[in-house]
Amino acid sequence: MPVTTIADREIHVDDDGFLTEFDEWDEGLAATLASNIGIGELTEDHWKVITFLRSDFKENGETPTLRRVSTVGEIATKSLFQLFPKKPARKMSYVAGLQKPKGCI
Amino acid sequence: MTAVEETTSLVPDFDDDAERKMAFVCSKGSLDMAYPALIMASGALEQGVETHIFFTFWGMDMITSKRMGNLHFSPVGNPATHMPAALAPLPGMQAMATWQMKKMLKDLDVPDVPTFLQHLSDMGCKLWACKMSVDMFGLSEDDMTPLLDGVLNVTEFIELIDGAQTMFV
Repeated sequence: MPVTTIADREIHVDDDGFLTEFDEWDEGLAATLASNIGIGELTEDHWKVITFLRSDFKENGETPTLRRVSTVGEIATKSLFQLFPKKPARKMSYVAGLQKPKGCI
Repeated sequence: MTAVEETTSLVPDFDDDAERKMAFVCSKGSLDMAYPALIMASGALEQGVETHIFFTFWGMDMITSKRMGNLHFSPVGNPATHMPAALAPLPGMQAMATWQMKKMLKDLDVPDVPTFLQHLSDMGCKLWACKMSVDMFGLSEDDMTPLLDGVLNVTEFIELIDGAQTMFV
């Protein structure tokens, strides 16, 4: 696994750049991750998604899919496309310091 | 001469500028033939691909309000069900096979067809009905899901999918 430097910290990532160690992420790092992929300031709505992703991952050991964020996390799919444009599933996972979702739907 | 050490982070390349387009033609009204396009369309939308679905012929059942939630699966003529061929046409077998397939999908948290179409529409999928099929089955707009983006004749559809990767299901 590659190690890269993000916000002056050494961070373990996969070959695509997604974080692989749950505990290497913190809220401060999220802002840098977001700006790395062209997402500006993280709003309360972004944080609602990030918080759900992290807690659901902690519980189930898997990054939730868009549909799970909508049905279990109660966050509308439409708004996910506004908050994390074009490729919400991957972008939200990256900012939350998690792997891409593995589920198909 | 001073050497400048460059440190670049490994950041995912989301390739947001790529203009990609996909179209799916749904021509079947059985439960097992409804899902492939829906699932592939969902994956395309998640990847930021402009996605269109064109419903035609028996595929109209997927968008006809009174039928879309009640599609069936028939084991007849399908060796992949691993059922003795003589049993498949027996009364009640289609209902049982449909019930079993719906249960398998539910266990995987795959939504039913109406909910799936809502999910796709929320992701920005465009849903089109085929003009000829609408005329042939005598359907009006009221008979079809309000999620529909419109009714297109084949020329309009061909024009719309210019440059798209197209799959016929």
